[in-house]
Amino acid sequence: MRLPADGALTADLMTTHFGTGALGLYAISLSLYVWYLYFKKRLIGRAATLFLAGGIVLQYFALLERSRWLQSVPYEDLYGSMSLFGWLLAVTYLGLEIFHRHRSVGPFVLPFVLLLSLLASFAPAAAPAFPPAHGPLFALHVTLNILAYAAFALSFVLSVIYLLQNRLLRHHRLGTMFWQLPALEVLERMSRSSVIVGMVSLGVGMVLGFVWASRIRGQFWNADAKEIVTLVIFAAYASYVWLGRTSAWRGARASRLCVLNFIFVIFSYTVVNLFLSRYHRYF
Amino acid sequence: MEIVLVGLNHRTATVEIRERVVFSPEQARRAAGELRSRGILEEILVLSTCNRSELYGVPPESASDSAAAVESFLASFHQFAPAELNGSLYRHGDRDAVRHLFRVTAGLDSMMLGEAEILGQVREAYRVALEQGATGPVLNRMFQAALEVGKRVRAETEIGTRAMSVAFAGVKLAESIFGKLRGHKALILGAGAMGEQAVEHMRDRGIERILVANRSRERGEELAKRVGGELVPWEGVAAALRLPDIIVSSIGGADPVFTRPTVERAMAERSNRALFIIDLGVPRNVPAEIGDLYSVYLYNIDDLTEIVEQNKKARENEIPRAEALIEEHVAKFEAWQGSMEATSLLNELQTKLKREREAFLRDRLEPMQHLSSADREQMARLMEELLDRVVIEPAERLRSRREFRRKLAAVEALRELFGLDREKP
Repeated sequence: MRLPADGALTADLMTTHFGTGALGLYAISLSLYVWYLYFKKRLIGRAATLFLAGGIVLQYFALLERSRWLQSVPYEDLYGSMSLFGWLLAVTYLGLEIFHRHRSVGPFVLPFVLLLSLLASFAPAAAPAFPPAHGPLFALHVTLNILAYAAFALSFVLSVIYLLQNRLLRHHRLGTMFWQLPALEVLERMSRSSVIVGMVSLGVGMVLGFVWASRIRGQFWNADAKEIVTLVIFAAYASYVWLGRTSAWRGARASRLCVLNFIFVIFSYTVVNLFLSRYHRYF
Repeated sequence: MEIVLVGLNHRTATVEIRERVVFSPEQARRAAGELRSRGILEEILVLSTCNRSELYGVPPESASDSAAAVESFLASFHQFAPAELNGSLYRHGDRDAVRHLFRVTAGLDSMMLGEAEILGQVREAYRVALEQGATGPVLNRMFQAALEVGKRVRAETEIGTRAMSVAFAGVKLAESIFGKLRGHKALILGAGAMGEQAVEHMRDRGIERILVANRSRERGEELAKRVGGELVPWEGVAAALRLPDIIVSSIGGADPVFTRPTVERAMAERSNRALFIIDLGVPRNVPAEIGDLYSVYLYNIDDLTEIVEQNKKARENEIPRAEALIEEHVAKFEAWQGSMEATSLLNELQTKLKREREAFLRDRLEPMQHLSSADREQMARLMEELLDRVVIEPAERLRSRREFRRKLAAVEALRELFGLDREKP
């Protein structure tokens, strides 16, 4: 173990404190979002956003402590990876909420943020089995790719809500729930901007990955399963954006495609990471 | 009784009676003047809308059975025979009158539950009475509180949020497809009243462009002028179909206005951007199969009526929350009334002076060692006598509660002057 043992303990404690605090703020934020969904009080909505932002800040410090301890981006264990994923999901959502000025999706996104952070807090904070990779290039590669997954996850949630809302509208089944959801076009726009955020960060993240690989292994392309699947994912989302601009694939079809694409992401995050890839484990 | 309410509304009186008991602002002023000059009421406010006419008042101290006097005044003012209004009128006193007014401004007593217009009508009636100087401290406080209740109930419950008309329900649906209507276009087919209402709502919500088409060109032109839209010739409707995001159709006659292939073509031309069709016509203007087309949302009049029915139920579910808010404010108002009574003021004043005197004696007399205990007692007695003479006795003179009430402003001033806390409604 090349990590200083005493520093490790305090760092871990700090992580726990910040992590727990973030969890608490997310939980409060979620309940405020639900409250807002039903009573549409602007003040409640603002408070929900504020608590979300607070949670993001606290979790940032938790992650910072952890990466100081690891001296790298926290990606090598389940804890770090999930925590980072949850955090980036929250960040992406907050950005989208501010950009589109729409809060009604919060109640559907926050449970995922909360769940990820909760799972992360239970996952063993194992020390890395081998010396982690270093350097800003690598850190960016990891962060951007996880950000891309978070953005895709967000577009998945938005598309599912779209399909639900669309179904209610087409079948004329308008219960209490219906009136609280955001409008179809708003959901579609939000989903699309989320995918665009994901594609940009995935594209840049991928290029950085190739550069990193060429430094370490001397070649850009290593025919790793992860590299192949990631390119497929990129192509799938590119087709979503492109088809969304042409006639037949607007609306419900585009949303279905977006939901489908996310299956690739889940596949890449689970099966590929655990069984197929040689160089990627947790992202 | 301190507050008297006599009135009738759509529940207690037929429209034949209601329309005869309406007060114009001018009549309201005259009635208030007469009621005061005859000594029936000291403070008076007339609230008159198409569904209700109510007289709120504060009778003078000496009056007995003011409600009966107000009732007979009301009958004679509108030239009814004395017994003609029996059974149509209700009367409430004090707390019940306050609660009634609060329920009125909250929209709970309206024909259409939770409607917002009544709030403006009460505000206007209050303004008229205030300008005339017909109200006094009690009614002022009561109506300000009522307007506050009306606002709170609408902000904190959903009693006024759901659409209660078919036209508005259609517009709300359009918003749940398109979000904001700004930047979207609507096409109005036919000059039906409901369709026009829908357009009004859409225009209020900032719709970008309104197209109008009608079989009869003249009526189409009139409608276009009224709603500020552009006229599309009837023959050109099919070609114009690619433009609008919302179509409101209310055409008479059995022929469908357009067929499935026409809409299909339009959808291809508009790249499958969502199209929302509100079919208000009976028989239906738009074949149901068009609703199966991709990205087309078709609602007919029955669908919208059902939404309105659901919304009514949703509003009714909000009644308990509104009632709870009302009770809260009734209690606040009563607390204020209580605090404005002379007895409570005097008690508080006495307690305060006693406390001040004791503190004064403790702080100032204790250090004077040369005084004997007899001297001290003497001084304490003198001080008490002085305070009684200066403050308590004049206040005592105001002890007659009814006499005092007319001087509510004075009570408020006294409270302010002596820093006596009071309930703020």
